Amino acid sequence: MSEHETQEKSTVVTSEMAVSAEKEFAMDNDVISASEDEEGSDDERKHNKLLQAISSLGGKRRKNQTERSEASLQVSEFFVSAEGAGDKVGLSDLLGTVEKTTGATKTKKQLRNLQNRNETLELPLNKEQTEKIQRSVAYEKSTKEVTNWQSVVIQNQKAEQLVFPLNQEPSGPKRVEQVVAGWKAETPLEQEIFRLLHMNKQPLHDPVLTPVEEASLMAMSLEEATIRRAELQKARALQSYYEAKAKREKKIKSKKYHRIQKKAKRKEFVKQFEERMKTDPTGALEELKKMEMSRMEERMSLKHQNSGKWAKSKAIMAKYDDSARKAMQEQLQINKDLTQKIATLSDDEHETPEESEMVPDFVNDVEPITDPVNPWMRSRIPQEEPEISCVTPDKPQTSEEEEERNEEEELLADFQRRRTLRRTEDDDLIPTAAEEQIVNTCEVSREEVVGDGTVEISDSEEEEEEDVSQFNTLFKLMSSEKTHEGPAPTQDQQEDEEQLDEGQLRVRSMEDLEVLEEVSDPRPGTPAAPSMPQPTASDPLAKRSKREIDLSEVLTKEAKTIKVALTPTVVEDEEREEQISIIKEAFAGDDVISDFLIDKRKQEEAGRPKVVDLTLPGWGEWGGVGVKPSQHKRKRFRKKMAPPPSRQDQKLPDVIISEKRNSSIATHQVSHLPFPFQNATQFESCIRTPVGQTWNTQTAVKKMTMPKVVTTAGAIIEPLVKEDYIKDKSTKPMGKGPAILLNDKRGAKDGKPSDKHKGRDSHKRRRNKP
Amino acid sequence: MKVKVLCRNPDDYVRETTRDIQRVPRNYDPTLHPFEVPREYTRALNATKLERVFAKPFVASLDGHRDGISCIAKHAKSLSTVLSGACDGEVKVWNLPRRECVRTIQAHEGFVRGICSRFCGTSFFTVGDDKTIKQWNMEPPGCGVQEEPINTILGKAVVTGIDHHQREATFATCGQTVDIYDEQRSSPIRSFSWGVDSFSCVRYNPVETELLASCASDRSVVLYDMRESTPLRKVVMKLRSNTLCWNPMEAYYFTCSNEDYNLYTYDMRHLKCPVTVHMDHVSAVLDVDYSPTGREFVSASFDKTIRIFPKDKGHSREVYHTKRMQHVICVRWSADNKYVLSGSDEMNIRLWKANASEKLGVLSSREKIAANYNKKLIEKFQHHPQVKRIARHRHLPRDVLKQKKQQREMKEAKRRKEQNVRKHSKPGSVPLVPEKEKHVVAVLE
Repeated sequence: MSEHETQEKSTVVTSEMAVSAEKEFAMDNDVISASEDEEGSDDERKHNKLLQAISSLGGKRRKNQTERSEASLQVSEFFVSAEGAGDKVGLSDLLGTVEKTTGATKTKKQLRNLQNRNETLELPLNKEQTEKIQRSVAYEKSTKEVTNWQSVVIQNQKAEQLVFPLNQEPSGPKRVEQVVAGWKAETPLEQEIFRLLHMNKQPLHDPVLTPVEEASLMAMSLEEATIRRAELQKARALQSYYEAKAKREKKIKSKKYHRIQKKAKRKEFVKQFEERMKTDPTGALEELKKMEMSRMEERMSLKHQNSGKWAKSKAIMAKYDDSARKAMQEQLQINKDLTQKIATLSDDEHETPEESEMVPDFVNDVEPITDPVNPWMRSRIPQEEPEISCVTPDKPQTSEEEEERNEEEELLADFQRRRTLRRTEDDDLIPTAAEEQIVNTCEVSREEVVGDGTVEISDSEEEEEEDVSQFNTLFKLMSSEKTHEGPAPTQDQQEDEEQLDEGQLRVRSMEDLEVLEEVSDPRPGTPAAPSMPQPTASDPLAKRSKREIDLSEVLTKEAKTIKVALTPTVVEDEEREEQISIIKEAFAGDDVISDFLIDKRKQEEAGRPKVVDLTLPGWGEWGGVGVKPSQHKRKRFRKKMAPPPSRQDQKLPDVIISEKRNSSIATHQVSHLPFPFQNATQFESCIRTPVGQTWNTQTAVKKMTMPKVVTTAGAIIEPLVKEDYIKDKSTKPMGKGPAILLNDKRGAKDGKPSDKHKGRDSHKRRRNKP
Repeated sequence: MKVKVLCRNPDDYVRETTRDIQRVPRNYDPTLHPFEVPREYTRALNATKLERVFAKPFVASLDGHRDGISCIAKHAKSLSTVLSGACDGEVKVWNLPRRECVRTIQAHEGFVRGICSRFCGTSFFTVGDDKTIKQWNMEPPGCGVQEEPINTILGKAVVTGIDHHQREATFATCGQTVDIYDEQRSSPIRSFSWGVDSFSCVRYNPVETELLASCASDRSVVLYDMRESTPLRKVVMKLRSNTLCWNPMEAYYFTCSNEDYNLYTYDMRHLKCPVTVHMDHVSAVLDVDYSPTGREFVSASFDKTIRIFPKDKGHSREVYHTKRMQHVICVRWSADNKYVLSGSDEMNIRLWKANASEKLGVLSSREKIAANYNKKLIEKFQHHPQVKRIARHRHLPRDVLKQKKQQREMKEAKRRKEQNVRKHSKPGSVPLVPEKEKHVVAVLE
């Protein structure tokens, strides 16, 4: 392009010069206009000469009208410098005569300026380079254009289902406006109807919303949203602050601190209570009732009765240790205080909620029936465990949003509640405990969730908690081990797997396929990874049994005998009784448990390493019949193998866990983690979710088995059309009016519906007809 | 007085028609239906086996040509019409449902090099070795009237390929240059050349309709924009590309079939290395065509097989062959995504199912549900060794199999050698070049 321009410029300059020069003194016959063609006919030239000769005959000089020409058009770029290669032609050489002539001052000035200006025009780039530039510019342009499709492409790739051909016209009835263009309300009835609709501001067109409805949709303004957001932020910050504070306070171990705090609280509470007695007798009465309740609970429970582990240890120590004795005394004192039937308060009220929890759950459980004869009765009857519910992979997004919303709502509500609590803190002490509970809810609930499966009988809550935490850590450890194991397959392996297994065997029937199964071995290149847990049906079972391990471990502990008479709550469950009797009957004669134990011992024996005797008789000493190798040698060559890792069921009395790999199952199991999955649990959960109609409702099945691409036979699928997908910003909105024209005064409201129409129209497919 | 009555909605237990199955209420309690995984696994295994048993992809063979098929074209508007050109200059129009030739035209002398239908389906263009471009009416002439082209353009050089614009009355041809013709004119409105080489194939982008790509015999693929005066860019590969095809759903991807037995999918924005290298053929790949959904493409090879590749996978999901099919010259995927057409050296056009085990014809809703379920099951258990093995098994002719083994060995040997060289040279001096980058020699601007 630049070349072109420069060329043009130069031609302009030269032609200008030529014109001006010729204007002044174009007189002589040797001036040949440049307009002449190279192959101009001789006749023409002669004719010109003749004309010029005639004109020169005339006495007066006449200005010659010469034609302006584009000289350079005919000049080849390769021959420009060829003729005068040696000597350069300067401007002064050409215009020497100009100085001598008079007139034409303006031109002279211009020429002088030109002469003084020493600049030369730059050489145009050579053809290859310009083309290269052009190409790269064009490439950039088209690349940019093509990139507009990226969003469409990604969207199509991510789509759960694509139904081809795309952009099908929706079947079913269509609105009048869609079918008929320029329809008018003509009959009086129609006019009447539309007038009525207009008067009531009812919607006529596609967006079936009245202005009021639209306004209500728009009600949530930006300001409101920002305010709400700020509030939420604040609430969150405060929440985290509270949590941190509670945590910090909970962590303080100093007994002294707690004692002082308790004392202070108690004092304050008493004070308040007395005050309340005066001001609000009914409230005080309620308080009293609460205290009464706590007293009852204390009497029921064994806390502070010196019957716990700690108390027992203290009792032993008490003989020698004063402080222990004192502590015991204190405990008893507390009990006494709590059980005292006086109106005046001296006990710590804030413990009541905890104490209410002190009544352990097992109290309400069925008493474990122990039958020494029948071992089957020792374990509990399998209660229906809640099955792991099928994980529905794709919830609708709306519900998620709702959840989020609910969370926010909850947070705000929580915040509000806490604020009120803070306000009432001075009046009331009990809520503080409640508040603490709230703070700790998340932790507690988690623990509860985890510990759900286990039934623990322990004497104090601390221990229980400890157990739970132990269980947690164990569980986590197990799961983490699972996740760590199983190396991710390399891409290479992946590629290997993708390939078709091509062979000479032709498959014609199911029998062939069976044979195929047996014949073709797994590829030699892919070593089986034994470390990988087998993620199939057998695995959940193993896991479950592992969980049971802990359970039984806990169960084997001595249950604490409770001296206090409890309300016996043995539920008379007939069904269970029946089951028990059935089992009893079934296994009446055989001693299953001993069989089992023998079996287990055998298995353990088999797994234990054996001593290998490597002595070769006759080496290094005399050999022969009746000669035994010496003791020394035998000792030297007996090798003990390293003990194998301890068995999984080592600590489980009533379980045998086989750790051998079952080859018949192994052929059906996945040996390493397939590509898109991150860890084994992911894969397992994917496999575990059934898709069939046996386990899911029809709609769920339909949704889960939905094919990704649907095509209909006989329908031509055309490539994407640009106008449908990429909106060109440069296109001006078309001046199309609304489809239905009303002769009523519509005024300013006309704009909106017509706009919407445009939007829809542009969605419609436009096709160029030949 | 209130009387409590048991009330049931008849919709819950009455079937709509007597031909419908009885409605049975079902309890989905998971405890009642145990062993989900093993049961589904067996179902998946059975589904895979049945899929293989029912995999009968060959539908029909259309014979009638008297020389090898050199090109096939789909009718733009009719699924049942297919055009084919042979090496003796004959063009035949086929009716697919009736599986017969409807019309025969002696279009050219020598090869028919290219054939394409106009976007409206009213006429079609052919190019041949006799340096002519001819436009023919899709409607056969009346009885006794001789076949005459509507229009004939005599070119200066042999034209080797032709493709029509998606929506406008222009078409592109390639030979010594890539020319854009207006249908109304006899001389090209634009002519692209870059270097002095001949082109074997030119294709319009069906989505971004002004773009073109061509394969040149100097081992390059060149991109053009119809609106520009110069080509856009050029990729030179190690071996020559025979044909290429644009993805009809994703504007910037195209796949070219190469002489080095592979196919390469390129993103036209990043030509430095292909997006995917598709390998499985054991001889030069001669033709490629995308499915109209843009998810898969089919390739024809000199090794007498057709393969179907998913667009983003390195290996084929399907291979078709028959005993009598020779070198496959051209292949097309039908516009409804159900069939694949292949034209081969031994004068036959073959019709294949795109999905080998799919049932043709109308499916009842229950059949559809079952098919979907089976497909899902196979997908779900695709990583299990037995399922994988059965689903992957294909029969291959002995030659192909042998060659395949041989090539695998060669590849392994090459790899080992490279490894050894790397081991015994200065670290870093023998770089590890990924497979994708091995095949591109240069990108010229």
